[in-house]
Order: sequence, then C-alpha cells, then structure tokens
Amino acid sequence: MDNTILSLILLLSPFVGFLFNVFFGKSVSKNVLGYIGTFAVITSFIVTLMLFLDVNNSKTAIEISLFDWISLEKFSVDFGFLFDQLSLLWLLFVTGIGSLIHLYSISYMHDDEHLNKFFAYLNLFIFFMITLVIGNNLLVMFIGWEGVGLCSYLLIGFWHKNQDYNDAAKKAFIMNRIGDLGLLIGIFILATLSNTLNYSGISNMIQINNASHNEVWYSIAAFCLFIGACGKSAQIPLYTWLPDAMAGPTPVSALIHAATMVTAGIFMITRLNYVFDLAYSVQIIISVVGAITALVAATIGLVQNDIKKVLAYSTVSQLGLMFLALGLGAYEVAVFHVITHAFFKACLFLGSGSVIHALHGEQDMRNMGGLKKVMPITFWTMMISTLAISGIFPFAGFWSKDEILMTAFHGNPALWVVGSIASILTAFYMFRLMYLTFFKEFRGTEKQKSHLHESPVLITFPLIILAILAAVGGLISLPGNSWLNHYLTPILPKLGEEHHVLGTTDYILMGIATIGAMVGIFIAYTKYIKQNQVPSQDSEITGFANVLYNKYYIDESYNAIFVKPINALSKIFRNNVEPALSELVFGLGKGANYFGKQGKKLQNGNIGLYLFAFVIGVSAILIYLFLAQ
Amino acid sequence: MDISYLLIILLVGAFATYFSGDKLASKVALFFGLVAFGTSLALLNQFNQGENINVLLQWIAKPNIHFALNADGLSLSMVLLTTALTPIIIFSSFGNEFQNAKAIYGLILFMSFAMVGTFLAGDGFLYYIFWELALIPIYFIALIWGNGDADERKKAVLKFFVYTLAGSLFMLVAFVYLYQKAGSFLIEDLYKLDLSANEQTWIFFAFFLAYAIKIPLIPFHTWQAKVYQKAPTLGTMLLSGIMLKMGLYSVIRWQLPLVPMAAKTFMPILLGFGIAGVIYGSIVALRQKDLKKLLAYSSLAHVGLIAAGTYTLTLDGLSGAVLQMIAHGFVIVGLFFAAEIIYRRFETRTISEMGGIREQAPKFTSMFMILVLASVALPGTFNFVGEFTVLYSLSQINVWYAVLGGTTIILGAYYMLKMFQHVMLGETNVKVFKDITFNEGIVLVVIIAFLLFFGLYPKPIVEFIKPSLEVVLNVVNSQF
Repeated sequence: MDNTILSLILLLSPFVGFLFNVFFGKSVSKNVLGYIGTFAVITSFIVTLMLFLDVNNSKTAIEISLFDWISLEKFSVDFGFLFDQLSLLWLLFVTGIGSLIHLYSISYMHDDEHLNKFFAYLNLFIFFMITLVIGNNLLVMFIGWEGVGLCSYLLIGFWHKNQDYNDAAKKAFIMNRIGDLGLLIGIFILATLSNTLNYSGISNMIQINNASHNEVWYSIAAFCLFIGACGKSAQIPLYTWLPDAMAGPTPVSALIHAATMVTAGIFMITRLNYVFDLAYSVQIIISVVGAITALVAATIGLVQNDIKKVLAYSTVSQLGLMFLALGLGAYEVAVFHVITHAFFKACLFLGSGSVIHALHGEQDMRNMGGLKKVMPITFWTMMISTLAISGIFPFAGFWSKDEILMTAFHGNPALWVVGSIASILTAFYMFRLMYLTFFKEFRGTEKQKSHLHESPVLITFPLIILAILAAVGGLISLPGNSWLNHYLTPILPKLGEEHHVLGTTDYILMGIATIGAMVGIFIAYTKYIKQNQVPSQDSEITGFANVLYNKYYIDESYNAIFVKPINALSKIFRNNVEPALSELVFGLGKGANYFGKQGKKLQNGNIGLYLFAFVIGVSAILIYLFLAQ
Repeated sequence: MDISYLLIILLVGAFATYFSGDKLASKVALFFGLVAFGTSLALLNQFNQGENINVLLQWIAKPNIHFALNADGLSLSMVLLTTALTPIIIFSSFGNEFQNAKAIYGLILFMSFAMVGTFLAGDGFLYYIFWELALIPIYFIALIWGNGDADERKKAVLKFFVYTLAGSLFMLVAFVYLYQKAGSFLIEDLYKLDLSANEQTWIFFAFFLAYAIKIPLIPFHTWQAKVYQKAPTLGTMLLSGIMLKMGLYSVIRWQLPLVPMAAKTFMPILLGFGIAGVIYGSIVALRQKDLKKLLAYSSLAHVGLIAAGTYTLTLDGLSGAVLQMIAHGFVIVGLFFAAEIIYRRFETRTISEMGGIREQAPKFTSMFMILVLASVALPGTFNFVGEFTVLYSLSQINVWYAVLGGTTIILGAYYMLKMFQHVMLGETNVKVFKDITFNEGIVLVVIIAFLLFFGLYPKPIVEFIKPSLEVVLNVVNSQF
C-alpha cells in the first residue's frame, strides 16, 4: 500500500475512534464502544509494525509532505511526516502499550457513566501522541505536544465534579505551558538560525555552516527547548504537576503520565541531538537537573503512602535518570530506559489499578496488605516489574539503568554517585510498596475484605504481557551486542563509531549497582516484613520525614512565590489601577464636556440631526482651514 | 458588479429591516445579512479573477473629495470578516426578545454598513465619515438595549462615545493637514507625500490616539470593559468581533504607510504598548467576577499582541496580525455567545453564581471548551496560526519581545481555564441548565468549524492577504 495512505490510517484511526465515541458513544453499548476505541489503536499498532518492518529492512526513512501549513516570509512549514528509526520506535510502544491500556480500560472503567468520553479522550490522546512523534518538523510536533497536554488536562479532570481534580488538571496544563513557551522560543531561534523547521533542514544547516560561529545561539535554543522538555517530562523545577496528575483514572496515569506523554521531552531532545551536541554547557545543565530530579523525587517517594503517588514520584525519578543520560550525550541509553521504563511502569500502574479496583477505590497503602494470596496475577506481574525497576538481574530495568549509571561514571563520578543513591532508594521504596500492599495481613475494613478478588482477564492480560516485556525487554540492548544501538545508528551517527566492550570497571559497576539494590530491598524487608511496621498516621510524622512527606514544601513555595503574588497583582490592578486610569479619562472627558456644551442641545438622540451636525461641523473646520490658507 | 453594491445592500437592508416591523425584523435582517455575505463572496470571486471592482467617483470638487472604494486582500478580508460575522451575530440573537426589535436589527445592519465602508474607503475623508458613522449605531444599541442600572450604563456608554470621538478628532486634524499638502484625500495621493520626520511624528501620534482608543491599547482601554459588560451581547459581539479591528486595520492601511519613519522610530515604544497590554490584560482578567468583563480583558490582551505584530513593520508581523484579527473576531464572538447562552438560562453573568453546568449540558460544554482552547491558541486552531506568526515576527525584532509577548501562552491558559473551571465544572448545579438549542448549536458549530478548518489549512487566507500587505510594506520601505 502507498505510504501516504498507510500513514494516514496510522494517524487518523484513533481520531476516527475519537469522533465515533463523541458522536455515537452514547448510543452503543459500553462494551462496543470500548472495543471500538481499542480497535482504533490496534489498527495504528499494526500499521506501525508494517512501516517498522519496511524501514528496518530498507534502512531508509520515509518522509511524506501533505500540504503547506504555515508560510512565513523566509520559510514555510509543511504538514509532513517522518517515519524513521526514532519515530517508529516511539510509535511501537505508544500504540503497543496504548492498545493494552485501552483493553484494560474496557474492564477498569466499565462502571463509569461517561465511558464514551473516557475512550474519546484516550483515542484523542493517541492521535496527538502519534502527531507528536511522526511530525517531520518542530511545528507539527508542537501540535502533538500541546495536544497531548490538552488530553492530559481533560483526563486528569475526568471526574470533573471534584474541584481538587480540576485544580490538578489546570495545574498540569499551565505548568506545561510554561515549558511550552520555552519550547516555542527555542523553535523561533532555531527557525532564525536555519530558516526552516524541518528536522533535516536544521541538521543540514548545522553541518554546512559548521555552526561554530553561532554556538551561543544554538546553546540558547537548546536551553529553551530543554525548558519545554522539563515541563512535559516533569523535571525540576516544573515537575510538581505530575504527582497531582494522579487524580486522573489509573489507566491514564499508566498511559499518559508514565509510559508515553512524559517521554516526549526525551524524544524531542533525542530528535534534535545535533543541536544539543553543540551546546555543551546546556548538556551539563541537563544532566545535573536530571540527577537532582532523580534524587529529590526518590527521597519524596520514600515516605508517600498513596500507592499511585509512590509510582508518580518514581516516574519523576526515572525520568530524571533519563535526562542524566541525555545530558551526557548518551541518547541511545536514555531511549533504552524510556522503553524498559514504559514496560515496567505501565505494568506497575495497571497493577496498582487492579489493586485499587479490588479495594473499591482505596489508594492508601496503610489500608492494604496481604493481597498476595487473593490477587496472585497482579502480585506476580507487579513483582516482576518491581524487580525490573529496582535493577535486579536479568530484568529489563537492570540493563537500561546499568547503562545509565555506567555512562554517568565515565562522564562524571559525582553524577554516578547521585544516580546510584537514587537507584538504591528506588529499590527501597518499591519494595516498601510491594510489602505494604501484598504481604502480611489485610489492614482494610471487613467489608472490603469480603469483596477481595483477582481482577478479570481484561485487566490481567495486559499485566501479563507487560510483565513479560518488563522481564525480557533488556534483550533489545545487551551490552556489547546491542540491537537498539545498531538500529538507532542512522539517527545517532556516533553509535556507528563506538564499539562498546565491557571492561572490568563496568563489571564492578554492575556489581555495585546490584549490591546497592539488594541493600535497598533488604532495608525494606527488615522494616516492613521482619519488624512488621506500618507507616504512621499523617499527624504522627515528624522531623525530616515530615518534610519529605510534604514534598519539601515545594508546592507551597510555588504558591507563595508565583501564584499568590500574581493574584494579588491582579487584585490591585482590578481594584486600584483600573479605576485610577478610568478617573483620569473622566477628568479629560469633563474638560471635553465643557468644551462641547454648546452642542448639547442638539444631542436629542435623533440620528439624522446628529449626522447633519457632524457633517456641518467637519465642513466648517475645512472651510475655515481653506480660508486661512 | 462593483464593491459599492455591498454597501447599498447593507444600507437598504438596514432600512428594510426598520420598516418591516418588530415581528419580522430579525428575519429580514438575517436575510440581508446573508445576501451581503453572498455578495461579498461573489465580489471576492470577481476580485480573484482580476476584475476591477473598485469605485472612484468625484464626490465634492472643492475640497477635493472622492467617493473611492478600494478592494484588496487586506480590505476584502476585513469586509468578509464583517459580512460573515454579521449574520452570525443576528442569528445568535434569535433567542432574545428585544423591545423595538426593528430598530436594533436595523442598527446592526447599519453598523455593518459603516464598518464595511471604513474597510473599503480609499479616500481619507470618506474613511473618516464611515469611521465615525460606525460609532453611532453601537452607541444606541448599548444605551437602549443594554443591561444593568440605566444611569451607570448611560455613563459608561457616553464615556465610550465621547472618548472615541475625541480621539478621532485628532485623526481628522491629521487628515486635514495631509490634505493641505497633497491637495487630495485619495489614499494613493497621500501615500506619495514626502513628510519630514517632525511632521511624521505629529501625524503619527494624531492617528495613534484615534487607533489606540479604538483598538484599545492600554492605557486607553478604560471604556472597554464596562461597555462590553453593559451592552447587549450582540452589541458586545459587534464591538469585539469587528469594530476593534477597524483600529487595527487602520494602523496597517493608513498609519504605517503614511508615516513609516515615525513608526520605525517609535517601534520599541509601540511594541511595548502592545506587549504591556498582553500582560496587563491577562493579569486583570484573572480576577474578574463578571464573565463578560473577563472576556473583555482577554480581548484587551489579544489585541495588544495583534497591535505589536502590526508595529513590527515586517511581512510576518502584518500577516500574523491580520490572521489573528480574523481568528480573534470569530472566537470572541463565540465566547460572548457562550456567555449569553449561560445568561439565558441562569440570568447571571457573575462567575461565582455559575458552575456545575458540564454534567447537564455536554454539548455546550464541548463547544465552549473548544472555544476556550482556540482562545488560548492551541495548535490546530486558526488562532494558533496567527499567534505563532506574530510571536515569530516579534522574535525577529528581538527575542525578548517574543518572550514577553509569549507570556500570553501561560497567562491566557491560566485565566481561561480558571474561568472554565468555575463556570462549567464542579458539583452539578441545583439550577437546571438546558443544553443548547438547535439554533444556538448552529452558531457555535459554524464558528468552530471555521476556526478548526483554517487552523489546519490557513493557506487560502494567507495567500489572499499577502500581496496587499506587500504593497503596504513597499510604501513603507520606499521611505527608508
């Protein structure tokens, strides 16, 4: 089939699903609409596979230009797609995991009265995510970029009767938009430097011009783009929306706020790797921000009691590790971790959803426990994913996290230390989560206890698939023989030159990382299994734990530094400045009024007379001027 | 057929509506509005085929005044904006009952007539007459059919009237001065004038006062919010959707090419005015209690950015500004209509008395949401095309202008989403909110379809307006 048609099917299939759910969602049965929504995404997945095989064989990217979109004086932006190794890799897991999560949602959301709306938004999200990934220029990417932000907004506020959830949704959108302004400015600068927004054009310009004389501007552009990435991928200082985003339904957390949308920043930086390679200083900033984010989020994750919040902070932390790698120029390593993370984190979120489902909405781990026996599939799949995220051999996370830590070690040992600590903490809080949720005795109410059950097959099936992927996903990039690196070489030419052979240092590092993870797990085991501790009630948390529990009071600080002043300013403008300006005009108006008093009698509301007087008046002025000449 | 037919149809329509009586008035007005729209499409077609549809008649021999109407991409796009929005505005008020309906609907068409005249006029004097003529119908519409306390309304409307009239007088003086030098009011004669820097400065600021008040730019905006609030919604739509574009259009048509040196000299200040409006308007909008006032301030922010685009004196800035003028015209009419829809059901414009509508009116919610998104220039909407182009043009002058102007991306999202949350979301309201009627739906669907279609495919409009803007810029650049 023609590639243009294929790409349109790929893109529009979820959009048709969206339209169907919007217009006919109410008139078909709940199961039908769920399956149609899922089918729409599976279609995209199949087309992705076809294109993937095609490009993988031919080694040549497919570029399609549909029509001119925005034309400016110096260049125009077309509505075009680029299917190359990078976009297809992203598409594979976006549509693949997307399909699984749609399937899961059929069962998970079954009792919701607005199921059609849910699937509509979910389909729309996939549509925008595909747009983001397949654009052949920055502006088409920007459509997707803002579009996924919109869907995130809609889905976080899905239960719109709760104003807290609406606040969370609004916060996510606005924080993302702060990043988007950065991104847009970066786009402007790149456009000025290259006179195009096409990826190929930007890269050509850098090669032709050697770019060294514009290095400062490229660095500024890279920095602005990085701000955009911070917003979307929840890095310091723009990360605080992501934990709040857990207000949305759990499949949304899995799909948007763990596996796909939040990786957009990494996608964009990898896509523009040649720009970032020019900006050494910005790269340093990126890895430092990544490392700090990884550590800060991990420490907050230590004490959270809401199962989804733990996972949310863990996502922020893992994204931080990816940025650490990006900053060191190890794009392929970041991409590798994006993929493995998508597997195990989606599985963890869906698993937590399965638990929450069984407990009828309970999310506090203090009220869980002992679920291992009643929910074996959920337990084992989550266990595999937990081992993966903790970096235990031979699960997927071991390989990708290890690559990051190795890169860090060779880049800057300080980064390695921070990354390693974050990893140890990860192992601890993830096993804390597992122990509190699945081990010992059930701590919930009797009523909940009587209803405990394993989730239906539509929920467990995606869990099993994802758990398998979380177990074996590391195979795509084994050290020394990496399919992924080989595959990405056209995008990241440097990969072709390197021959990664493991040295003694690397084995030692692996050993240290594994021991570190074991230590984390052991501490969790001692605390929650041997000593049988349960986290204390909110009021009893004291000291540094309390600071952590309150997330370093960062939300409160942002409120005090930004939100409150701007609202106060708004109030001053409204109550003081506006009336003052208005009075000023009235003062002038009074003078004019006096001047015009003679004509007052004529102002009787008669339009004709008005016009007449007006024309006469103007004529009089004219005649006067002529006479004066 | 030349372009004057359009004016005749609108004028005849205004009288026909007035004499058709209260019962038929709205339908007659809609009929003429649609005929005018059809006519302008036909004229557009003629224009595109290269026919001359301009009008040039000697009107008064001494002083030398012509009845000149010029059609080009710029003026025709504004004419189409007017003739497209007029029937939409008329149709949107089918759900309202007006006393003395024949008069208000007649005035709408009359105002449309005057605005179309302003956009087409190719003679300074004729332009001035249309410019002032447009003020009269809106004055009566706001005064007679407005809402709220009568005295307060009268005060607000009178202030608006006197204020804008006073500003325009400076423009008149400028025109008279130019006439003295050129011996003609014809725009092409005025374009040829070679004015000294000093003269340019004086004339520039005379025009500036008229336009800054009309657009409005801060700090000349103080008439706006109150009038938008007090006027009946259709009046607000006319004002915000079309009339404020008269000022922006005039900047491009008259001010920049007549006195470009001054425009260039004062560029930083002018861009500053525009961008300050973006930030100020957005911040004031954050804490508005009245929905219509909030939208008025959002409008203030948007036109600030548009004005900044025009004052960049670049092709991208101008075309972005024109695109944004069209996009803003549609979206703001849609938003004010949404406010009206709520008012028809809840009889309030106070945001704190709303909320909990979403559950009861899913169709309305979706459409309102799309309008909100268009207003915050989400990519894919026509508003994005304009806003992106303007911001890009600002970045070409100095990237900091783009950063400051770009705060609209953040602040706009903040005040619009906050508004949407408090108006639409939350616990289901105890008051019953009926979802939109068929007629209301048509209005919103037409607006949304326009914004989404041209959001993805703005090319026809861009290509249509660009040549005329190049002409303007050629005149501008010929002086450097």
